[in-house]
Amino acid sequence: MVTREQELVRTVVYKHPEALEDVQTHYCPGCTHGIAHRLIAEVVDELGIQDRTISVSPVGCAVFAYEYFDLDGVEAAHGRAPAMATGLKRVWPDRVVFTYQGDGDLAAIGTAEIMHAAARGENITVIFINNAIYGMTGGQMAPTSLPGQRTKSSPMGRDVKIAGYPLRMSELLADMDGAAYVVRRSLHSVREIRKAKKAIRTAFMTQISGLGFSMVELLSSCPTNWGFSPPDALKWVEENMVPYYPLGDYKVIEAVKALE
Amino acid sequence: MSAELMKGNVAIAEAAVRAGLEAYFGYPITPQTELLEHLSKRMVELERVFVQAESEVAAINMVYGAACAGARVMTSSSGPGISLMQEGLSYIAASEVPCVVVDMMRGGPGLGNIQPSQGDYFQVTRSAGHGDYHPIVLAPASVQEAIDLTFEAFDLADKYRHLVFVVGDGLIGQMMEPAVMPEMRPIRPRPDWAVSGKDGREKHIITSINLGAERNEAANLRIQDRIRVIRENEQRSLEWNIEDARILVVGFGTAGRVALSSVKMAREAGLPVGLFRPITLWPFPEKRLAEIVDGGIQAILVVEMNAGQMIDDVRLVVGHDVPVSHYGRLGGAVPLPDDVLHEIEKIAANIGLTATAMAG
Repeated sequence: MVTREQELVRTVVYKHPEALEDVQTHYCPGCTHGIAHRLIAEVVDELGIQDRTISVSPVGCAVFAYEYFDLDGVEAAHGRAPAMATGLKRVWPDRVVFTYQGDGDLAAIGTAEIMHAAARGENITVIFINNAIYGMTGGQMAPTSLPGQRTKSSPMGRDVKIAGYPLRMSELLADMDGAAYVVRRSLHSVREIRKAKKAIRTAFMTQISGLGFSMVELLSSCPTNWGFSPPDALKWVEENMVPYYPLGDYKVIEAVKALE
Repeated sequence: MSAELMKGNVAIAEAAVRAGLEAYFGYPITPQTELLEHLSKRMVELERVFVQAESEVAAINMVYGAACAGARVMTSSSGPGISLMQEGLSYIAASEVPCVVVDMMRGGPGLGNIQPSQGDYFQVTRSAGHGDYHPIVLAPASVQEAIDLTFEAFDLADKYRHLVFVVGDGLIGQMMEPAVMPEMRPIRPRPDWAVSGKDGREKHIITSINLGAERNEAANLRIQDRIRVIRENEQRSLEWNIEDARILVVGFGTAGRVALSSVKMAREAGLPVGLFRPITLWPFPEKRLAEIVDGGIQAILVVEMNAGQMIDDVRLVVGHDVPVSHYGRLGGAVPLPDDVLHEIEKIAANIGLTATAMAG
C-alpha cells in the first residue's frame, strides 16, 4: 500500500518547465521578465504545444527571449512583432504564434502594428510587459511612464504639458472588434502572478480555438532603472502603477468565456 | 500558348501566382496598385494569403515573418513605400531569408508624382536598408520580360536566400502589351531551415542580432561571401548592334527601350552605335560591359530617367578609358527617341565620327 508520504514524493508539484531553457538569463536581479518567461513556458507545457509554438521576440530587454524559450523563434524589428507574427501565423495557421513585447516596443514605436493586428482579429497572442520605462537603453521615459515619474529623459518627473500622457493599451485595444481577449494583470505578488498565469493560459487557448486576437498586459518592475530594491520595486508597482493601470478584464468575448 | 494583352502590374502579379506565391502583403500606392488589386482576388480564390497591411512598414515585416516560415512571399510598392520598407529589408537581408519585392518607380524625391521614373536605382542597388549588402535587382523593359523575371525572381531568392527586387517604372506597370504567361507551378515545400515549431528537432531561431564585433563581422563576411557568388554568377544583360559599334548607349528598363529606338534610328543614318541594356542592376553586368568596351568603343552615353545613377556603375567599369556622358530626364519625364538620337549625334561629332564616313 502506498502511504500518503510516498504518494507526495511521487507527485511532481514543481519543476523546470520543458519550454524554458536551463540557462542563466541576462535579466537584472529582481526583474520580473524571468517570472513572465516562466509562466509562458509553464502554459506551453500544460497545453502540450511546445512542438508547434513560435515565439516572436522584441527589441528591448527581452531581445534574447528566444534564447530562453525552448521553442522555434524569431527576433523582430522594434515594434514590428505583431506584423511579423501576422506573416508567420497566416502561413502557419495551425501553429501557435505569440509575441513578447515591452512598453516602448508595443506602445510607442509599434502602436500602429499592435492596433491593426487587434483590429484584424489576427489570431495571435501578445504578452505585453509594461514596466513604465525603457530598460535596455538605460531608463528613459516610456509611453507608459506615469505622470511625474522621474526617468533619464524626464529627470524632473514626466511633465504632461511637455511629454503628454501615458497610454493605457489594454483599454485601447479592447475597443477593437477583432480583439477576443484583452486583460491586464500584475506580477507584484504571488496572488497576482497566479492570476497572470491563468490569463496567459486563456490567451493561448483563445488562439488555439481560433477566436482572434488575445493580449495579456503584465505590470512589471524594473528595479535597476527605477533605482529601487526588488521588494520596493514590487511595492511601487502595487502602489503607483496599479491605480493608473487598473487590473482587470477589458475584453472577453462570449466564446472565450466558454473556454475558461 | 498564345499571347494575351496584359497590363504590366497585373502580369507581374499573375506571374508571381504562377511561380508559387504563397503569401502577399502590401499597401496601395500608385503606380503599382493594380498588382495588389489583382492579388486581392487571385490569392483568395486560390486559398492563399493576401493581407492589405496598415503601412509599408507593416507589410515588409509581415513579409519577413512569412519568409522566416519558409513561404514564397512578395510585396510591391513604389519609391515612397520602398523608403518605408528600408528597416524590414535590412532585417530580411541580415536574417538571410528569401523574398521578392516589386518597385514600380515613380517621380521623386518626396511625394514627387506618379509618373515613370528610375530615381530609385541607388536605393535598390546599394543596400535598400542600413548595413552592408546588395539585393539582387532585376529590371524588365517589357511586359513579357516583367513576367519572365518575376517568375524567375522567386527561384533566385530561394537559391541565395536573399532579397530580390523586380524594378519597373510607372510605364512598365501601366502599359498593356501582348505577352505569354507561364504555366502554374505547384507550391514548393517549405525549406528545412524554416521556423515552424520545433516538432522533435533542435529549435530554429531566425534573428539579425549578433552582439560583439567578432560575431557580427563573421555574419557580415558570410553575407559578403554569398554576395560574391551572386556577383560572379548572376550578371545579365542584353545588347544590340554591338559588333562594329564605336558609340555605346547604356540604359535599363524603359530608358533602355527608348534608347533602342534611337540606336536603330542612328544606324539607319549610318552611325556605328550599339545598345547595352543591363537586366540585373545588381549585380551590374560589368564583365560583359568591359568586354564590349574593349572591343573598340570610343564613347558611352548613359540614358536614364534620373539625374545620373547607373552612370556611376558604368564609370566603375570603364574608368577613364572612354568618355562617358549622361542624358537623363527627371521627375517623371520620359526621354524621347529623337532627343536621345540628338545626344548620340553630338557624341559622334565630338569623337569625329560621321554618318558619311561610316557609309563610305
